[in-house]
Amino acid sequence: MAIEVKIPTILRTYTGGEKAVSAEGASLSTLIDDLEANHAGIKDRLIDNGDLRRFVNVYVNDEDVRFIGGLQAELKDGDSVVILPAVAGGAR
Amino acid sequence: MQPGSGTGTRLATVLTIDQATYDAIVAHAKRDHPDEACGIVAGPEGSDRAERFIEMVNAAGSPTFYEFDSTDLLQLYKEMDARDEEPVIVYHSHTATEAYPSRTDIGLASEPHAHYVLVSTREHGNNEGPVEFRSYRIVDGEVTEEEVTVVATLS
Repeated sequence: MAIEVKIPTILRTYTGGEKAVSAEGASLSTLIDDLEANHAGIKDRLIDNGDLRRFVNVYVNDEDVRFIGGLQAELKDGDSVVILPAVAGGAR
Repeated sequence: MQPGSGTGTRLATVLTIDQATYDAIVAHAKRDHPDEACGIVAGPEGSDRAERFIEMVNAAGSPTFYEFDSTDLLQLYKEMDARDEEPVIVYHSHTATEAYPSRTDIGLASEPHAHYVLVSTREHGNNEGPVEFRSYRIVDGEVTEEEVTVVATLS
């Protein structure tokens, strides 16, 4: 079971500079555990208190995972996952 | 100490921007006042050339916060990826405070190679008149202001 995961610039310190890595998992949650096993430290940048961080966007086949079950989103062989930090800020 | 030395990839201490792009950012900020305006200027990866101006919708629609819509964000990054581009400038406006990165701006900055441009529209709002236009590097929570050089066209 191989799933391509696109890694944003800011997290490439965990993947030795790679823009995309291969990982496995039947759900986003297990996929992130598999990423962590090979790229220690990355999980903490994605998850906070058991939930996806508010300002991290994850897409499965171009769908924002927040609309398809969040960490429980199901994955299958050949899916493509994209991680993108939100572009956000403001005076507040 | 050079800005961006944390990543060691690019050490520009100046933002060079052409007049048309500068004007487009200012016009967007004035038009959206009192809400914050946001967008990027993309350029070839590693070139530090701000070539392609892209206005984004502020999904937060707020005078104190901005956020790219998540679907627009994915579209934007896929497009840049296909064109071997990266965000050279990430811009947004502050509409009641100075053009300096807030704690939120610093905490959420996630493009270590980008110039973070802030425009303040607090003086003249939607009207004609000068704005504060400033540029920063934000890397690992550290803010370094840089000079802004406006040129007629990028050489």
